[in-house]
Amino acid sequence: MNLRRRYLRDRIMVAFVYLGTLVVLLPLGFILVHVFLSGVGALNWDFFTKPPAPPGEPGGGMLPAIVGTFVIDLMALAMGGALGLGGGVLMAEYPEHPLNRPLRLVANVLGGVPAILMGLFAFVVVVLPMGGFSAFSGSVALAVLMIPIIMRATEEVLRMLPWELREAGLALGLPRWRVTLSLVLPAAKGGIVTGLLLALARAAGEAAPLLFTAFGNSFLSFDPLGPMDSLPLKIYVYAISPYEDWIRQAWGAALLLVLLLMVTNYLARRAVRR
Amino acid sequence: MEALRMETENLTVYYGKHAGVRGVSLPVYDRTITALIGPSGCGKTTFLRALNRMHDLNPVVRVEGRVRLDDEDIYAPGVDPVVIRRKVGMVFQRPTPFPTMSIFENVVAGLRLVGVRDRDRLREVAERSLRQAALWDEVKDRLNEPAVGLSGGQQQRISIARALAVEPEVLLMDEPTSALDPISTQAIEDLLVDLKEQVTIVIVTHNMQQAARVSDRTAFFLDGEMIEFGPTEQLFTNPTDPRTEAYITGRFG
Repeated sequence: MNLRRRYLRDRIMVAFVYLGTLVVLLPLGFILVHVFLSGVGALNWDFFTKPPAPPGEPGGGMLPAIVGTFVIDLMALAMGGALGLGGGVLMAEYPEHPLNRPLRLVANVLGGVPAILMGLFAFVVVVLPMGGFSAFSGSVALAVLMIPIIMRATEEVLRMLPWELREAGLALGLPRWRVTLSLVLPAAKGGIVTGLLLALARAAGEAAPLLFTAFGNSFLSFDPLGPMDSLPLKIYVYAISPYEDWIRQAWGAALLLVLLLMVTNYLARRAVRR
Repeated sequence: MEALRMETENLTVYYGKHAGVRGVSLPVYDRTITALIGPSGCGKTTFLRALNRMHDLNPVVRVEGRVRLDDEDIYAPGVDPVVIRRKVGMVFQRPTPFPTMSIFENVVAGLRLVGVRDRDRLREVAERSLRQAALWDEVKDRLNEPAVGLSGGQQQRISIARALAVEPEVLLMDEPTSALDPISTQAIEDLLVDLKEQVTIVIVTHNMQQAARVSDRTAFFLDGEMIEFGPTEQLFTNPTDPRTEAYITGRFG
């Protein structure tokens, strides 16, 4: 038929696809550019090495919050990762297990719970019994936030592997747990790490669950059982403060958070590719 | 007359309510090749997978009747399916190299993953199994390369070598050449004939010529039932059941 009209229509459709891509990418680009421009001025030596200055005084830095972010998020990743991976493996590899249905329910419900309720939960089950705010309780709140994300990501990645992989292992006379551990999980390594990173990125940006758990701390602390600071908490507190220098530093903290996540992402991906 | 290695007695396999295999009694003789033929959906693969308890993982499948391996009922309570599968190995329709492992690691996976650490022994087993699978000369210089880099025919022979490495008594093969080109198919058929000196083979095949070329006995399945079983030559030249004759002369299936 009319070949030229078909070519034209093809080109118009392709143009729409590009346009759609652009529309989706634009907000992301704006956010990144804006955070970068607003935050880059705040990043200096003091920002990384000093504790915060007293309210109203210019200067000071984010050292306690930077250290705290690492401590809290890594503890959360350890706890949430272990439980989330376990749940995901059970759902994908042992579909006949009686715990499957309740587990799926928990994953679905937990996935829809607002982040601040995770903080409330940790407040009730950790902060109150232990008698005070602590980095550990913040990690528990973030871990609970991570669990459904990791569970679902793990389950999905494992389900994508061909069923023959398990059967080939079983046919060699390997027990089921060995097939899961040595054949299935290594084959899904890349996807699992992506799931963990996704959960980490999600949790690392949350301030709400930390408000009444980790609580914040203006002094450098490595004690997981005491209150600890974190970048999202600092951003929250500084951004709504009346002090210009704090607002500037809030932007700096936001930029740092974004950069940290990008670097983690890159490193983890490189590590699994090997 | 050869000795019995395996035997099924009135074996019925249910998928939910539907019986995919009904009342099959089949003897499998030591160090022979038994071919299972029949049209798609006739239950031959379902039957084969019952011989090493591969159905165990599927909760909707129920197996009734008896399967004996060396006079032991493999479905008796207290029998560990893992032990049964050590003795009764399986090769699948599609090659299944373990994607994260090298050629060497693939072949010795069945030993290494249950704790055999002795390097010399593993090397020995790898060479022996790869020779048995007629692959040694092609891969001996690149044992540490990923197995997924090999061609389809080579991958299938890796799967066979891997199954042989654990020294099974019986090897079940589910259409092992259906995904392969004629040359690879030829290589595997030659291999089967050599292998039966050491191991008992039960092979499902769509390809009647293949059954005729390699097997000692053939069972013809239709609609979940075993219609006829006998020496391959007799079944192909002088079948007793008219349905067998119709199938082997190509009138259906």
